[in-house]
Amino acid sequence: MSSASPQAAVPVFNWFKYASPQTFFPLAGALAPWFAAIAAVLCVAGLYIGFFVAPTDAQQGESYRIIFIHVPAAWMSMLIYLAMAFWAGVGLAFNTRLSGMMATALAPTGAWFTFIALWTGALWGKPTWGTWWVWDARLTSELLLLFLYFGFMALQAAIDDPRRADKAGAVLALVGVINIPIIYFSVQWWNTLHQGSSVSLKSAPTMAMTMLTGMLVMVFAAWAYAIAAALWRVRCIILERERRSDWVRAYLGTAR
Amino acid sequence: MKPRHRRIALITAGVAGLALAAGLVLRALNENLAFFYTPTQVAANEAPQNRAFRVGGMVETGSVKRQPDGVTVHFVVTDTAKRLNVAYKGVLPDLFREGKGVVTQGRLENGLFVASEVLAKHDENYMPPEAAEAMKKAQATNQKAVNTVVNPK
Amino acid sequence: MNWGSVSEFLAMGGKGLYVWGSYGVAFAVIALEIGLLVMRRHAAGKDQ
Repeated sequence: MSSASPQAAVPVFNWFKYASPQTFFPLAGALAPWFAAIAAVLCVAGLYIGFFVAPTDAQQGESYRIIFIHVPAAWMSMLIYLAMAFWAGVGLAFNTRLSGMMATALAPTGAWFTFIALWTGALWGKPTWGTWWVWDARLTSELLLLFLYFGFMALQAAIDDPRRADKAGAVLALVGVINIPIIYFSVQWWNTLHQGSSVSLKSAPTMAMTMLTGMLVMVFAAWAYAIAAALWRVRCIILERERRSDWVRAYLGTAR
Repeated sequence: MKPRHRRIALITAGVAGLALAAGLVLRALNENLAFFYTPTQVAANEAPQNRAFRVGGMVETGSVKRQPDGVTVHFVVTDTAKRLNVAYKGVLPDLFREGKGVVTQGRLENGLFVASEVLAKHDENYMPPEAAEAMKKAQATNQKAVNTVVNPK
Repeated sequence: MNWGSVSEFLAMGGKGLYVWGSYGVAFAVIALEIGLLVMRRHAAGKDQ
């Protein structure tokens, strides 16, 4: 099922063509540098706006500037998990090789972003709330997210057969999806020390325009970076897993 | 039904079932997940009696009073419905302000909440100081207008 | 412009340690991830 299917009779763009690791490998290699470049440019612009254009906050003074790294990292930690679970689920349902590799490639980047969100949150909490850490619903569920990433990576690393590792990881990833709405809505559902969302779909943002701009630019930088990192990692995974295939041998120049 | 479709159906059912189970567990845990109690809950004796717990609310404006010993602070936490007197000995966080959010941990002693920890709970509004100042003025004007309408004397 | 001088910028209104501690570790983590990726790609073979 995973091998290339015969060309469809309908003359449309064949998405499934890129579902094969062999065709996706050069595509990922071509796209990754662009996303990395976009990430670098947006990051510089976002930090410039965040530190030199955005004004001091009336309540928190300068410590609020941590928001420009904290919020993008926290959003990415959840979004990457959703993407990871999505690819894991697709792999489980359609038994496609590349989907499992995508899920595996996203996990470490998601875990790093989760760590950054927790770390910057602690350094923000100390000067504003008066504590590094509290066990409120928002912080606890975000910590659980880090453990879900660790669990996913550990489980996959523990199983030698990549296809079986993908399946086991996919089940774990899909079960863990329940944690994402819990993180997101925790500040509404329960009393938490963490404040509510400043940016939501339902109401206008409660941030000054330049502050919001800086934050959103950093969010897009984080998006671009995560895509670049995942594409680079999936290329490594493809080479590692398919190293016995003819095309990888030919590519690496190790053909018999 | 093709095997692939059956697999998708199974996975969908599994995820839905797990989500439901988790939802129910969370509902049951809801009370324990509350990080703090409100003064109203404390007044209704919903807070734990013989152990430490947290109270969250707003520091009532004008209620913060430093005691003669110089380290103890008395203030009132309110959720606008009920008020709770708090005593705290220690360093207050920078963002501890009258009229702003606070979460404090401690225990009840004869109606007085003796706090061992005070945390500031800031809101989700970010704005430059000038904007905050302008908003305060606008609110004060509004309040004046409301007062003249309510008490036309 | 928010800052009168470089030292004012670095002080971050007295919260420099928290602000720079956040950004420093965040970018160190990203640099580490990129480094690990480069090493992994190198180990996988033929790195252009």
